[in-house]
Amino acid sequence: MAVRVQERPFDLGAEVAALTVGRTDVGAIVTFSGVCRDRADSGAQLAALTLEHYPGMTEEELGRIEAEARARWPLADVLVVHRVGRIMPGEMIVLVVTISAHRKAAFEAAEFLMDYLKTSAPFWKSEETADGTNWVAAKGSDDDAADRWKRG
Amino acid sequence: MKLKYFAWVRERVGRSEEEAELPAGVSTVAELIGWLKQRGPEYAHAFEADAAIRAAIDRRHVRQDAPVAGASEIAFFPPMTGG
Repeated sequence: MAVRVQERPFDLGAEVAALTVGRTDVGAIVTFSGVCRDRADSGAQLAALTLEHYPGMTEEELGRIEAEARARWPLADVLVVHRVGRIMPGEMIVLVVTISAHRKAAFEAAEFLMDYLKTSAPFWKSEETADGTNWVAAKGSDDDAADRWKRG
Repeated sequence: MKLKYFAWVRERVGRSEEEAELPAGVSTVAELIGWLKQRGPEYAHAFEADAAIRAAIDRRHVRQDAPVAGASEIAFFPPMTGG
């Protein structure tokens, strides 16, 4: 199960290299990185984000999402890394890497993983601005993005 | 059973976890929320928007009509905002 939750930053290139080393069956690598912007949802200047999570459930839920992606697409491998703790603007928060023989599976699975991660993995963001701290509200557009993957 | 709280639910309740003995008559997550709301102003505040509160039993998402019998850990939290 290639799912990690960690405080420390990650290196996108090193993660992809580790996932693909020695493989010659992979024709497509898709990566998605979510980055901390310098603006809060209110538009105010953001000093930092703090991410809280539910230790234990987070890893289990990400594992369930990964298993679902592997069941739906012919993936050679999957990596999901999500940071917690205090994150500064410009730093990466989350990394999804999917590798497959062909690009369609890799693209679709990466998008699926992010859409499900955002609505079902137990993470919560708190924004730090000059006005204090504020919990980020969930967005209906994220629910809509996840819903489109539901099987009829 | 163990009750856990996260994000603003945790802040409003004022603790991240506690042990609780559920009284008779509390058989679903929604009934558990109703019982918690009676325990004090901090719980009433945390669960005032009770329909928006998400729950997990033994680290799996559940709906509020889910039964709580046999659960060892029930968590309450706002909608998730990771990624």
